[in-house]
Amino acid sequence: MFSVKIYIRLKEGLLDPQGKTIGSSLKALGYKEVSEVKVGKLIEINLSTKDRNDASKKIEEMCRKLLANPVIEVFEYKIEEPK
Amino acid sequence: MKFGVVVFPGSNCDYDCYNVIHRVLKQPVEFIWHADKDLNDFGCIIIPGGFSYGDYLRAGAIAHCANIMPKIKEFAQEGRGLVLGICNGFQILTEAGLLPGALQRNKDIKFICRYVHLKCVNNRTNFTRGYKPGQVARIPIAHGEGNYSADKNTLDNLVRKKQVIFKYCDEKGLVTEAANPNGSMLNIAGICNEKHNVLGMMPHPERCSESILGSEDGRLIFESILRLT
Repeated sequence: MFSVKIYIRLKEGLLDPQGKTIGSSLKALGYKEVSEVKVGKLIEINLSTKDRNDASKKIEEMCRKLLANPVIEVFEYKIEEPK
Repeated sequence: MKFGVVVFPGSNCDYDCYNVIHRVLKQPVEFIWHADKDLNDFGCIIIPGGFSYGDYLRAGAIAHCANIMPKIKEFAQEGRGLVLGICNGFQILTEAGLLPGALQRNKDIKFICRYVHLKCVNNRTNFTRGYKPGQVARIPIAHGEGNYSADKNTLDNLVRKKQVIFKYCDEKGLVTEAANPNGSMLNIAGICNEKHNVLGMMPHPERCSESILGSEDGRLIFESILRLT
């Protein structure tokens, strides 16, 4: 069993209206030092496989097929050892 | 011509489309259930607007994994008929890879529900034959993720291969930044695939196909499709 954390972000240079809005709210709260905010997603998946390479292959596939949209998003992931 | 209207959990413009085909155009029409594994023969399949699967993950992302989608892909790729994706239907078509690019969150985050003006920039398709070159249509939009985005290469290809079909414009037909409601690149409101048999558009022609609804400008799309028969 592996536990995988997948981070999905908008591609660099793409407009991130959520991040922008959160940034201006933080400034409104007095955090003048905030210069940029970006919003992404964290997806956690538990995989029942014993093979780490297999886990990583499957996760990449899942990201490309469904979890991330390669046109506008990039993904990275961390595979944690079985507990 | 026989039409099919795909129904996903969360589709909410399915009956509007059905109504236009059945009552306004007086053509045969059937609903297509998302979980079906077989697809009957249709002249045109409509993927309607709504919030399929609650827009979970990304608008259209879950719907593109539905049972019926590989069949619709086949239908489109084999050129067996036309596919029209409206609003959420457009998002589903991009997620399914039937149309290039993606629809991102609107540039100012707001969900926008109002009439806009559209310029028909290519009237030589089976979806737009009824429009005069450059004709301006008044059609409503209702979306939170309609900001069309693609890389430069994709945009260049779309323009070169005349796949850009509708652009947001002002009343006079001028394609300006002020007339762009959601930040879409090149003011894009609708595009088609290379074969020109799949059209995705954010505006809702089914909501303006009868005079009682305030505009009939959307009906031209359905009437253009009918010219195929």
